[in-house]
Amino acid sequence: MKFKVNGDEIFASTGGRPFDKNKPLIIFVHGSGLTHMTWVLQTRYFAFHGYSVLALDLPGHGLSKGKSLKTIEDMADWISSVIDAVGYKEASLVGHSQGCLVTIECTARYPDKIKTLSLMGGAGAIPMNPELLALAENGDPKAVDLMMDWAHGPAGHFGGHPVPGLYHINTGGMLAKSRTIKDTLGVDFRACDNYKNGFEAAKKIKIPTLSILATDDKMCPVKEGKKLADLIEGSKVDIIDNCGHMMLLEEADRVLKVLKSFITTNYPSKN
Amino acid sequence: MSDKNKKGPESKTYKFDTLSLHAGYQPHKNAGSRQVPIYQTTSYLFDDVDHAAALFNLERGGHIYSRISNPTVGVLEERVASLEGGTAALATSSGMSAIFLTVMTLCEAGDHLVVSSQLYGGTVNLFRLTLPKFGIKCTFVKPRDTEGFKKAIQKNTKGIFGELVGNPGNELMNMPEISKIAHDAGIPLIIDATYQTPYLCKPFEHGADIVVHSLTKWMAGHGSSMAGILVEGGNFDWMQNDKFPTMTKPYEGYHGLSFAEEFGPTAFTMKARAEGMRDFGPCLSPQNAWNVLQGIETLSVRMKKHCSNAEEMVKYLLDHESVAWVSHPSVPDHPDHALAKKLLPNGRGSMIAFGIKGGKDAGVAFINNVKLASHLANVGDTRTLVIHPASGTHSQMDEATLKFAGLSHDMIRLSVGIEDIDDIKNDFEIGFRAARKPRLVSNQ
Repeated sequence: MKFKVNGDEIFASTGGRPFDKNKPLIIFVHGSGLTHMTWVLQTRYFAFHGYSVLALDLPGHGLSKGKSLKTIEDMADWISSVIDAVGYKEASLVGHSQGCLVTIECTARYPDKIKTLSLMGGAGAIPMNPELLALAENGDPKAVDLMMDWAHGPAGHFGGHPVPGLYHINTGGMLAKSRTIKDTLGVDFRACDNYKNGFEAAKKIKIPTLSILATDDKMCPVKEGKKLADLIEGSKVDIIDNCGHMMLLEEADRVLKVLKSFITTNYPSKN
Repeated sequence: MSDKNKKGPESKTYKFDTLSLHAGYQPHKNAGSRQVPIYQTTSYLFDDVDHAAALFNLERGGHIYSRISNPTVGVLEERVASLEGGTAALATSSGMSAIFLTVMTLCEAGDHLVVSSQLYGGTVNLFRLTLPKFGIKCTFVKPRDTEGFKKAIQKNTKGIFGELVGNPGNELMNMPEISKIAHDAGIPLIIDATYQTPYLCKPFEHGADIVVHSLTKWMAGHGSSMAGILVEGGNFDWMQNDKFPTMTKPYEGYHGLSFAEEFGPTAFTMKARAEGMRDFGPCLSPQNAWNVLQGIETLSVRMKKHCSNAEEMVKYLLDHESVAWVSHPSVPDHPDHALAKKLLPNGRGSMIAFGIKGGKDAGVAFINNVKLASHLANVGDTRTLVIHPASGTHSQMDEATLKFAGLSHDMIRLSVGIEDIDDIKNDFEIGFRAARKPRLVSNQ
């Protein structure tokens, strides 16, 4: 669905169901340079099972208008504005990669608005490889190729997409190239690299939090994810074997199972 | 090493020959089986009612019924998608069903397509005679008439279709230019790249949006199994205009799903499977998918030999007293020689058309007398194949259509195999000797 946030027309997938304000809201926040489509194997399930879902395209990404936001802090404030814009007072947040930084910061800033937090491939900081950052800021497609290489585990490099006929690396690459690379991936990578408040923000989080990590994640390794989770009181951690950073696609069913259990327990729907 | 010479990080995603052997398959999820298992089953257990509903609603990935998807077929689909540089693929029971599903996913009654005139005879009949029964009309344009493709586009045109190298005349479409024409009009370019395989050409790198193959041919190579596939490039924006409402508007058949919104770069394949395969059902058997996978494992090795043998045969035929003309993109005076060098850098393919002196009677005598080359209605086998198109593959065309498709009565279509080149030439000598004395030989 399309709606306005801070004057810009924003697109969010509602998981194939009409947006219903009577249901609890789950907001999904994508990673650097990507779009709402990375969440298709999680969002549709929740939309058909009692929740209202918004898998956002961040400003300047996917089908959303406006310009990419330049800092994680701005993105965190923007998520709060999204909740206001759709007429809700609270929401459950799910983030992947850069989306974890955004949702951690948002939860720390707006503790009354956020009810549960689910982090996938998250870390307290995501410093960028300087060469990768330079390639992305120069709009070089090689940045996308490198990201797809590093983001998929050894198993994911062979394929094995849960949806028959889809091929991981080329699909992800096409999503990351769907808008101008330097204006999406380049801006996002710089925002990640500049963000230093992740560990401090984590210490302020007092709501139920889940971290899903993967053994073959090169971008946000398990030890970094655990370091973050250790700072969040009562945080749950689930580790997936034989899987890389794109766990929400590489091991979509496993991710959905863990996420379903966590959200339905801590943020149940009455519908 | 100085900074000046430093290359920087390189992507280590697997390359063509590795993908040919491994893509789409994870042994650790299949009991450690090194070879792809043949899932010879019609259907798949649901964990519970909720799981069943989730699969039917496209909430989760997985298999329901082998008409719609099958794990063995799925490996083949991912493997071909990876080799083509595509986002997704849908395998079908034949190349013709891949073309039909592509058209039916793209078009509705009242729509129009612009189509190259130089195609396999069965494909010509599909576009000329069968699709009009569904209310889909086509305008044929000669493959070299790039401007003609532009002129033929109408308000209701939904795509341009053609074989990159036309069957059997070996005329090339200028794919980069024609893709610009298609994209300026907001419609996709669909390329049948059966003759090339992704080893010789990856059409997505030259502007194509959807690629179709008869996998029966070079991709399998062994001539044992029928199979086809459609592959999606993932770059076409279905939401750029209002030409494709079935891709962009809520679809009643899946609770109001918009394929373009939900699946973006894989939307076409998702729709082709969810609607086309569900409703028409030309699915590929797991056994045939497995057979094709065995062929793909050696694709690059075979294509190199196909192409080197073809170039040898071109030289042999050009010098032969019984040959009136030779058409192959490797010939320097072929009108598309320069374009072929650009689009087919790894080889110009193994299909040769040549004219035999003595016309139709000589052609018939040649085909009736070769012993090693097989006379049959297929191409792309590892064995050398010959046919006389005017009396075989294209025999259902009338005289005017034959002429428009670039066919003549003296034409022999040769699909060069990977036998020893000397044996192929020796066999052709027998055929040519007979062709020079057609009556004498036919009386023997």
